[in-house]
Amino acid sequence: MPNALQLTGVSKSFDGFKALSDASFTVKWGEVHALLGENGAGKSSLMNIAAGLYAPETGELLIDDNKVQLKGPADAARERIGMVHQHFKLVKPFSVAENILLGLPRSDGSHRKRLRETERLIAEKAEQIGFSIDPKKTVADLSIAEQQRVEILKVLLAGAKILILDEPTAVLTDQEGERLLSTVQGLARQGAAVILVTHRMADVKRFADRVTVMRGGRTVETLDPQQVSIADLVKLTVGESLPAPAHARSEPGPALLSVRGLKSPEIGGRRILDGIDLSLRGGEIYGIAGVGGNGQSELANVLMGLPEPSEGEIALEGFGDLRTADMDQRRDLRIAAIPADRYGLALAGGLSIAENFAIGQVHSGRYGPFWLLREGRAREETQAAVERFDVQGVRNVRQKAALLSGGNAQKLVIAREFSREPRIVLAHSPSRGLDVRAGAAVHQRLLAARDSGAAVLLISEDLDEVLALADRIGVMSAGKIVAEFERPADRQAIGKAMVDHV
Amino acid sequence: MDLLASWLGNVPDFAVPYALAALGLILTERAGVLSLGAEGLLLAGALASIGTQLAFGVAGLSLLAGMAAAALVSILFAVMVIVLRVNQVIAGLTLVFFCQGLTSLLGTLLEWTNQPIRGLPALALWPLSELPLVGKLFHQNLMVYLTVPIFLGVVWYLNRSTSGLRLRAVGENPQAADAAGIPVLAYRFAAVMAGSALVGLAGAYIAVLSTKMWIADMSGGRGWIAVALVIFARWSPWKALAGAVLFGCIEALIPQLAAAGVRLPQYFVLMTPYAVTLGVMIWVALGGRQNNAQPGALGEPYVREERR
Repeated sequence: MPNALQLTGVSKSFDGFKALSDASFTVKWGEVHALLGENGAGKSSLMNIAAGLYAPETGELLIDDNKVQLKGPADAARERIGMVHQHFKLVKPFSVAENILLGLPRSDGSHRKRLRETERLIAEKAEQIGFSIDPKKTVADLSIAEQQRVEILKVLLAGAKILILDEPTAVLTDQEGERLLSTVQGLARQGAAVILVTHRMADVKRFADRVTVMRGGRTVETLDPQQVSIADLVKLTVGESLPAPAHARSEPGPALLSVRGLKSPEIGGRRILDGIDLSLRGGEIYGIAGVGGNGQSELANVLMGLPEPSEGEIALEGFGDLRTADMDQRRDLRIAAIPADRYGLALAGGLSIAENFAIGQVHSGRYGPFWLLREGRAREETQAAVERFDVQGVRNVRQKAALLSGGNAQKLVIAREFSREPRIVLAHSPSRGLDVRAGAAVHQRLLAARDSGAAVLLISEDLDEVLALADRIGVMSAGKIVAEFERPADRQAIGKAMVDHV
Repeated sequence: MDLLASWLGNVPDFAVPYALAALGLILTERAGVLSLGAEGLLLAGALASIGTQLAFGVAGLSLLAGMAAAALVSILFAVMVIVLRVNQVIAGLTLVFFCQGLTSLLGTLLEWTNQPIRGLPALALWPLSELPLVGKLFHQNLMVYLTVPIFLGVVWYLNRSTSGLRLRAVGENPQAADAAGIPVLAYRFAAVMAGSALVGLAGAYIAVLSTKMWIADMSGGRGWIAVALVIFARWSPWKALAGAVLFGCIEALIPQLAAAGVRLPQYFVLMTPYAVTLGVMIWVALGGRQNNAQPGALGEPYVREERR
């Protein structure tokens, strides 16, 4: 089969973070080609380049073996490339037909005639590929699965022959997902080139003709999924086992925080958190591994006291239900929280470093009564903490926190949260986006907290991080802890547990 | 009875600037650009039209000059908020103060202040103009009548044309519009300029056809009322027209009441449009339906390669 779309030597970075380096990928006419990788492996970035949304820094794009430059999605559409994004690009208040008309090439006739013609085309195409959809309905009133069908019809009717589907089954139930993938397979059999971006091994095995594995912004290998075992695919996606850095096995103390049967309310037959059981013991790091989007963020929200509906038990030793504690009580209970969104939740970028540091204890009266803020004291203590926690790039503690780089911002968060000997540390992706050195510094802090007897919960999508730090590892999938491992844990076994239950 | 008739006859003169300005703002804001600079654009349109009128004495040309001046000034605003992604509220407010200062300065320097001009004669629409009571409604200048087709045209464009669909898509969900191959920034730029031209036309109307002279800051807060009117009308042109007529009625009432000897504080009457707008906003918020009318991306700058 001839090549449809080829990307060679593509690199791309965002704010200094290298999302893609020297990635290459080829899809042929008539095949379903899966692009497999963990979250953050660069799959979506690479496909956004193919769809003309991002401009690559280096590398070439070839269509039918001819070099092409895409200046935008309109160019991509002209080259018959269509992408169904993970987060749908639909105008919610518009009807199905209006949404699809937006993406169609300009044609003659009145708007009303065109709209009617579009409605006819939708009905015809939907019939042809076995979708049922009412073109006059408003998109906001459609279910997620229906909205996805609209997206697919949109790219097909715009004339796409190279079809990119970004995590199409992530939002669907199993049956819906299977129906969708067989439809898509049918399109490939009729000659289209289909790229299936996914992290689900099962979908790859069942529906893909070839698979390219991505890891850390690089394309690792292209294989025939029938010739390779799931275990080998897992090994390729998560990487070779690295020896974990040596750190002494801890002596766990009693359970400080016990979570029993933690559930989110049911929405559309699914629960984001679906019965979490775990217990955090003093002097131990409990790592939660898993593919992103399996309820980790929601779990972190519940535990950190952010608004998140839940039922079940979260018992804190010597206190009771943790959810009834307000932020002041949490501070008094010495619960440290390191949220994933450090600029959104942990720091107020427009305030100074000293203010960000002191804010945790302003309420408790450490910096004076309510009518007086002892700024001098706050600044002195911040200065001391900045030095102790090695926060770099601080010329003056009065400068804005937003000016700190990611790593130093995170160190500032830790300096504040650890300023009162934490008993419990809740950390969500604490080293995401940090360079190796800053990440290592964060890890040292977590280990030090553990060694001084704190119970540490580490939620991370970075398996290396979890393997390196955690004494026990729980694998989270579809809102449950599906497997637990003791240190030293087998990387392959964890990787398999991560994907098997999806 | 006479009082009522002359009151009705004065309503269009007050309502037309509101209607045109609100329509222009709706056009801009439907593309997702929050335009708070209406007060400044009114003044830009007013000054340019007065200058043209003094030089050439052709009202049609003066109105066009007002539109062009406002569109020109809005390029500055568009570059700030669309290209440089400056906060749209701040850029809009800045535009107002800039225009207030600049038009006052130019008006004085060029000695255009208080020079009376001839506007347009009233045209009687026979036989409607002979009707009892409402007859005076049809003794208006040409621009009042033209407002109706302008409204029809813009409404047609927004709701019945493919280009209007694209413009609304840009205002609702620029990511989706971009993915569909619509040039988001170009649409926004055009929407700002076209909408501002309509606001400029409103300013020219006030200066050349209504007040018939240039006075510094002569827009007198009408731009702000137009901003409020757009919110009041939930970004719907027809509701904005209704609101403009309502506010026109209130404003036309002031001289009538004074003539009839009713003493009502002038500021009370001037406050009414804002009070009504506040009331409508509270009513909408209580109803919890505010999300279905406001353009989804209003006030949000768009940049393609932003990672979240």
